[in-house]
Amino acid sequence: MLHTFIALVDNKPGVLTRIASLFRRLNINIASLTVGETEREEVSRMTIVCDAPENAAHRIRASLYKLEITRDVDEVGRSEAVIRELALIKVEAGPPASSSSSRTHLFELAEVFRARIVDLAPESLMLEMTGSASKIEGLIQVLVESGYKILEVSRTGRMAMRRGKHTSRVMKALGSKAHEDESPLDPDALPPSERIPNQFAEHDA
Amino acid sequence: MTKSKTNPNAPTLTGAEILWATLVGEGVTDVFGYPGGAILPAYDALRKFPIHHVLVRHEQGAVHMADGYARASGKVGVAIATSGPGATNLVTGIATAMLDSIPMVCITGQVSSKVLGTDAFQEIDITGITLPITKHNFVATRAEDVAPMIREAFQIARSGRPGPVLVDITKDAQQATCVFDFEAAVPPEYRPHPMLHAESADMAKAISLMRGSKRPVILAGHGIIQAEAEAEVQAFAERHKIPVATTLLGLGGFPASHPLALGMMGMHGESWVNNAIQQSDLLLAFGMRFDDRVTGNLATYAPNAKKIHIEIDPSEINKNVKVDVALIGDLKQVLNTMAPLIDQAGEPRQVDVTKEWREEIRAMKGDASVRDIINLPDNGHLYAAHVINDIWQEAKAAGRLENTIIATDVGQHQMWEAQYFRHEATRSLVTSGGLGTMGFALPAAIGAKIACPEKDVWVIAGDGGFQMTASELSTIVQEDIHINIAVINNGFLGMVRQWQEAFYDKNYACSPILSPDFVKLADAHGIPGAHVTERSQVLPTVTKARTGASAFLINFSVEKEDGVYPMIAPGAALHEMVRRPNPLIETSED
Repeated sequence: MLHTFIALVDNKPGVLTRIASLFRRLNINIASLTVGETEREEVSRMTIVCDAPENAAHRIRASLYKLEITRDVDEVGRSEAVIRELALIKVEAGPPASSSSSRTHLFELAEVFRARIVDLAPESLMLEMTGSASKIEGLIQVLVESGYKILEVSRTGRMAMRRGKHTSRVMKALGSKAHEDESPLDPDALPPSERIPNQFAEHDA
Repeated sequence: MTKSKTNPNAPTLTGAEILWATLVGEGVTDVFGYPGGAILPAYDALRKFPIHHVLVRHEQGAVHMADGYARASGKVGVAIATSGPGATNLVTGIATAMLDSIPMVCITGQVSSKVLGTDAFQEIDITGITLPITKHNFVATRAEDVAPMIREAFQIARSGRPGPVLVDITKDAQQATCVFDFEAAVPPEYRPHPMLHAESADMAKAISLMRGSKRPVILAGHGIIQAEAEAEVQAFAERHKIPVATTLLGLGGFPASHPLALGMMGMHGESWVNNAIQQSDLLLAFGMRFDDRVTGNLATYAPNAKKIHIEIDPSEINKNVKVDVALIGDLKQVLNTMAPLIDQAGEPRQVDVTKEWREEIRAMKGDASVRDIINLPDNGHLYAAHVINDIWQEAKAAGRLENTIIATDVGQHQMWEAQYFRHEATRSLVTSGGLGTMGFALPAAIGAKIACPEKDVWVIAGDGGFQMTASELSTIVQEDIHINIAVINNGFLGMVRQWQEAFYDKNYACSPILSPDFVKLADAHGIPGAHVTERSQVLPTVTKARTGASAFLINFSVEKEDGVYPMIAPGAALHEMVRRPNPLIETSED
């Protein structure tokens, strides 16, 4: 199962290595990892998507917190966060004369998927798409099934941010309990897993 | 931090001087190390500071000494080495400390920051190499970095679950100068792990599990010693009359002579301990991590028992064994909080609820003693178990047991020590559990003796492990300290041989090992010694060693092919123990 973690870490050299080394030690495969700046100069934000059993989330969070460079770790699911990634896709599309219809068709596909054309070259065309992973994969699948040759794909990996005003868990001490079935459309609603997850609640008789 | 805001009189010192001054400020009195090019400025500055430096013969010795020092005293051990090979020689010892959660700070020299990354002479990326085996590590490239990094290193080493921290200091950082203010270099306040979680709801659940239990067992691990919670655990066990089993590293944390003490559990634990665990209805795990040596096959581990886990490291919860209640925090604090809650939870139980259970366990002990090698005639053979038990008897008879520290190496002798040297005092056993590092005993004993000069320190090592770090015998002589060395010599890598006998059809591939005459070897280092080949010689030679004026080595020529029993084969359940083959001892010598 894929887990998505948002980790706020010290903005210092070597931090990326420590995190990567931890996942290697735990023998967990990282599907994608992005890291970048935040609103605070001394803090970096990493979004890590990893493939691990469902009950491994507690251990991964606990192990991340054991690293001295980790300030906060949050695990997000799809309902409680906005998740996006960016992809650049280079597609083979011949000179206008011979395959004008295929170029036009590509433009239409781009419009449907709300992808932008960022490069037009005599024999190729580059699409830029921002969206959920499933949308990006959808576009790629349609391109392939429509007979286009995909020359290159570059993806950033997932980036995520919680909905609602409590976007940064570093602003903590929220304490209040949230209900599992709270409507995700309510911008002030606390996400269900705002509390530290208590695994032991599962096997209360 | 080039100017001190708080102290206008703060001196300007070199990075090398700041290194020692910070160590002094952190309360360090002894360090273990070996000089070299990249750490030379530090060694030059040493004479200005009241720190006792122990020169070792191999950097692995230095880090094991710092480890033994920390285990015996509870203080943070400090080891120092140069760059390149000096640093890499520390790796095994750092990993040893990491797996046993020992507080330690290792300081390594590094090439000048100007040539970092150019494969300079004796340059190695030691921080990269030690990433997985340290709690954290630092590189100081400026003199200003030295004090804050070292202070933070000490804080990390001793906080939460202790562990080793490495600080790499470049040569130019040692040579540069800056203002030194020890107080201003204080690290930011320690942030406890955010997932500590011992709330009253969980405590209430734990208490209700306890009230419903008639066959409880306490599993006490290294954590009870590190939390300094020995008294709390003992009070808890006595109040609720719960028998106590310990892990290897928990030995000494609960006195062996206590009526509730069961002894060591696990792969080579005694049969009654393991059977009790398998038949229990409640396990209270205090400061232990359900290591595979302790549980046997996880699928069949304590099948009828509810489990309460008190542990300071959240990542250990449910790692191996799924528990019913986890109280994540400092053991001492949790027990102190729980004790009055248990009393409030209801009237104290009038009936001694665990009496029947304790009697069942006593009967198990009785059954087992028939096979126990201690109770069997030796028929002229010298058994390691008898030797070790005699060392224990001798210390006890002399009234020195509470002031004796045993440092073992790794292997069969280590298991016999756990079974037959009955530790009464906390911090009296120094042994490598998690990593199982051969060669640990001799240097660790030196560290323990430096930490506790008034105690009697014994090395108990096999002939294999002893050879790995034997050169530290010279360190003993140079430091002029009294250490008693017992080499349990059977001409084999004993534990390997036992596994080859049990699982590889007695194919003794590379397990017979040729050793030097250890008494002559000791003599060459300047240490007197004696050979012991018969049981009758054991006690007098042990007394001679212990009461003598200097270090002493005894080579015990013991039974060549003897097995540690009980033994749990890999994949077998905790109660599926292989027992000593026959009440009459049979060996290849008969």
